[in-house]
Amino acid sequence: MNTTVKDISEKLGLEVLCCSAQTDNMVKGGYVSDLLSDVMGNAAEGEIWITLQSHLNVVAIASLKELSAVVLVNGVQPDAPVIAKAEEEGIPILSGSGPAFEIVGKIYQILND
Amino acid sequence: MPVYRADLHIHSVLSPCGDLEMSPARIVEAAVRKGLDIIAVTDHNHTGHSRLTREIGREQNVFVIYGVEVTTSEEVHCLSFFDTEEQLEDFQEYIDLHLPSVKNDIGLFGHQVIVDRKEQILEEIQHSLYPGIRQQITAVAETVHRLGGLFVPAHVDRRMNGIYNQLGFFPEDLDADAVEIFRNANRKDVLQTHPELKGYQLLKSSDAHFVEDIGRCTSLLEMEDLSFAEFEKALKGLEGRRVVQE
Repeated sequence: MNTTVKDISEKLGLEVLCCSAQTDNMVKGGYVSDLLSDVMGNAAEGEIWITLQSHLNVVAIASLKELSAVVLVNGVQPDAPVIAKAEEEGIPILSGSGPAFEIVGKIYQILND
Repeated sequence: MPVYRADLHIHSVLSPCGDLEMSPARIVEAAVRKGLDIIAVTDHNHTGHSRLTREIGREQNVFVIYGVEVTTSEEVHCLSFFDTEEQLEDFQEYIDLHLPSVKNDIGLFGHQVIVDRKEQILEEIQHSLYPGIRQQITAVAETVHRLGGLFVPAHVDRRMNGIYNQLGFFPEDLDADAVEIFRNANRKDVLQTHPELKGYQLLKSSDAHFVEDIGRCTSLLEMEDLSFAEFEKALKGLEGRRVVQE
């Protein structure tokens, strides 16, 4: 089943903070990490990245690895410069109020149905 | 005992985040302008500008300490200072051995270039200097000490890459020589929140990425003379040498 970022945001009730045009991005898998070095080294193109980190370099790395979107957990809201950078790079940022365990579990289910 | 004004945390153009104007020549020039006695260029995971900065510093009476800001596997930033070129080279070899290989993207992270005293580009570092090396913080500290250097966790109270944010605590078995706190932090507040830091000399620096920021925050070191031996004593708070609390 082909899942888009939009599918995930709607099914989980995640807030789309920017780049709604790019929510058509196909989600090819998922990656969970709060260590940017780890994502830099191991994430794959098209994956949706679930993290609690919300600073500028998150966007740079999501762009570098051509990820489909970034999902922020624990209700984390990034600063305006981060949203601006995400818009520049075309990386959708979604925010969820729940904990990572639940959000990741649900995304996994959607991708593996 | 004499006191010396030091800025021990400065990024040159070699760091991906370092501004293009941060050449060794301009860094030393700024140090002179701001009345700094001691500086250290501490680029992310690279020591490529240390030698040239020291050379130029020598010509202009600025004592340049060899240094680097290494990122551990836990993504904690740590300043490491060395006395000799040999020690510095050995540490660079250690970093290179454990740095993951990710190609740098200039548009996303910035330039990583080594320049000469005329600011001509000599080399562009292709692999990203941003990630953490595949070594945990205690291993990094051990290596720094084995090579005869000084190990100082950087901006410990800062949210990004500070030890408290990354680890949640200051490891009891971590052998730090001194500790750097964030330039905007209040020493008293930091010690109140983290009483375990009371035994350390607390350093403050500019963490400058732009020329105008050099010396915006400094440490005053009380020591006998401008030598690495005295610098070591001041950082460790030994024999009356210390970081003056201002």
